[in-house]
Amino acid sequence: MISVVNLQKKYGSFTAVDGISFEIQKGEIFGFLGPNGAGKTSTINMLTGLSRPTSGQITIDGIDVRKQPKKAQAAMGIVPDESNLYNEMDGFDNLCFCASLYGMRKDERETKARQLLEQFKLKDAGQRPFKAYSKGMRRKLTIAAALIHSPKILFLDEPTTGIDVESSRQIREMITGLKRQGTTIFLTTHYIEEAERICDRVAFIAEGRIVASGAVPELMAMISQGHAIHFVTDKNPESLIGGLKARFEGSEVTIRPDHSLVMASENRVPLLPIMEFFHSKGIDVYEARELRPSLEDVFVRLTGIESSVLKKEKEKGGSR
Amino acid sequence: MKSWIAFWNILKKDVRNYYLKPPNISWGIIFPLSWTLMQLIRSPGGSIIELLPGLISMSVLFGTTSMLAVTITFERSGRSFERLLLAPISLNTMVLAKIAGTILFGMFNAFVPVIFAGFLINLSAINWGIVLLAVLLIAITSALTGLLIAVSAEQVFEAQTFSNFFRFPMLFLCGLFVPLSSLPGFLRPVSYCLPLTYGTDLLRGAMKGMNTLSPVLCFGILLAFAAGLFLICRQKINRNWIL
Repeated sequence: MISVVNLQKKYGSFTAVDGISFEIQKGEIFGFLGPNGAGKTSTINMLTGLSRPTSGQITIDGIDVRKQPKKAQAAMGIVPDESNLYNEMDGFDNLCFCASLYGMRKDERETKARQLLEQFKLKDAGQRPFKAYSKGMRRKLTIAAALIHSPKILFLDEPTTGIDVESSRQIREMITGLKRQGTTIFLTTHYIEEAERICDRVAFIAEGRIVASGAVPELMAMISQGHAIHFVTDKNPESLIGGLKARFEGSEVTIRPDHSLVMASENRVPLLPIMEFFHSKGIDVYEARELRPSLEDVFVRLTGIESSVLKKEKEKGGSR
Repeated sequence: MKSWIAFWNILKKDVRNYYLKPPNISWGIIFPLSWTLMQLIRSPGGSIIELLPGLISMSVLFGTTSMLAVTITFERSGRSFERLLLAPISLNTMVLAKIAGTILFGMFNAFVPVIFAGFLINLSAINWGIVLLAVLLIAITSALTGLLIAVSAEQVFEAQTFSNFFRFPMLFLCGLFVPLSSLPGFLRPVSYCLPLTYGTDLLRGAMKGMNTLSPVLCFGILLAFAAGLFLICRQKINRNWIL
């Protein structure tokens, strides 16, 4: 559905996007993650025809975006990182106006606007001016405006940044619902756990280059080494370290500051013998779970940037 | 057909959101009215019909240049203008839709002094066909000048500053209230480089038969200005706003 080959964008001597390539399949949610200034928005702007690439190819739904940007734009819905509808107009009129830009007839656009207001739980606010909306409502209406012409591809730039938990949840549900209907979604977000939860594939961009990309489990596998199990017990298990190492050869045993125990090994170790070992030493196990690297761990390892830095940058209002 | 839907709705949105707002309607009425009164008080014996072409030109110029420059810069700063750039409509449709509202607003401004004058003098001898065409062409060229300012400005205050930089000299250079023959010789070539000079000359001819240039030439030059400004604006938008 989206094919990008050696895409480059230069502003004078500064290279914002440095020869990136990726493909996105139909009905896929593709996450594009990176810190401010990494080249995320420059990439989105080139994909959506708002900016001209210095070099490279972009094909969207079989259309060469560089040659026919307007034709490609008809297949896209775009949600920018700022909710940019018209403050003076009410929710319903904003949606109808956006629909008119895609050539939809009056009856069509009014029906679709009502349907979207209902779907996004904004029906009661439909007659209120956009400027009177809360941040979460503004975000939802901006997304609804991008969906008014039923696009095949949806570009979402930071859809849940700075909004309330309930609105974020609704937006995530909407995104996964659209995927089920076959919409292709290109998503940028500072919330790595959000990308981990909803994206099929992810690309990390830093300093204009894609440092890693792939399916979420594949990326996690890149940094996972062996297996680790975390145990929460009723007593401090520090005295068991030596015994555990001797009983389960090749295992690394560490105690965390909260007195929980982590046992790591090259191969998978069955739980029952370990539980029996604890039991034989008079220690009850309340919790045992396998420790897996998160997408956040992968991001930190590959980019060297803490994810908390990413969130703070956005909250400070910095963009790209 | 689909482009017409977008064109019509952009125009309707601009008229509703900007031009029909009380401050703009009151500006459209009060500004030309106060200039008319000021001119009459300044020269009590002066002929209203002689003042009318200048007042009409000035009303259109001020109404159109500032409105378009300010509204577009305002939409760009709030990023709602991106919606138009990202819509599957041609740049030509978008530019035409944006200037259409301003042209209508400028024409509304133009007829405020005319209506006011209608209460004071007999206007039956005026060639209304030429007046209407002249007002339309003045509005188009002024709106495109406003668009050119908008493409060059980043902030609303910049747009206002640039507008004033263009408009106030034009009051004196285009024969609105000071005849071109009274201008110093070195300034006259500048006057003939400004579209408003030709629009005002057309209005003078249609109202009092006091034109100095052929109406056909004036119409031709105004059309050429409109086409040239349109192309420059389109090129500048393409270059400055689609980076």
